[in-house]
Amino acid sequence: MVTKSEVIKLITNNIPNSEVLVETFNGNDHLQVTVISSEFNGLSLVKQHQLVYSALKAELASEAIHALALKTQTPN
Amino acid sequence: MDNQIKDKIQKLIDSSPVMVFMKGTKLMPQCGFSNNVVQILNSLGIEFSTYDVLSDFEIREGIKQYSNWPTIPQVYLKGEFLGGSDILIEMYNSGELKEKIEIELAS
Repeated sequence: MVTKSEVIKLITNNIPNSEVLVETFNGNDHLQVTVISSEFNGLSLVKQHQLVYSALKAELASEAIHALALKTQTPN
Repeated sequence: MDNQIKDKIQKLIDSSPVMVFMKGTKLMPQCGFSNNVVQILNSLGIEFSTYDVLSDFEIREGIKQYSNWPTIPQVYLKGEFLGGSDILIEMYNSGELKEKIEIELAS
């Protein structure tokens, strides 16, 4: 299992100046994550999500995170 | 990932203009995210083929490496990786999905 604060730390360590919101739904291993960062400027949605996925690579592979609903945004 | 799996994945991707690697089938999706994609494509009246990754562990893991995308479902449009459930939902809501698919299928 992975805690919300661990997820936030993993993402902020990998994606500079990012704001991360984490909610769980039907269980602690089902996460709704929103990441806002200027790093996403000019990147396609696929590339933005790949940045977040690479920050959570181990947790996704081990299924510590079983399901991840992801939303990425640039700061407006 | 060995070439045999990579070739099999390539053949699957090329087998249909719109190809979805999902958990379960069109009629029996086995996961909420996979179901999202099926419902979206159905509501747009788009023809698509599916492959049940639950039936083949090598494909299930290989497809993640193939597109550097760690989750299922995965949608391919004319061989190009389009996205998973989240991206399909966002593109659907913005109207971009219908437009992009129609343009690609018309060309």
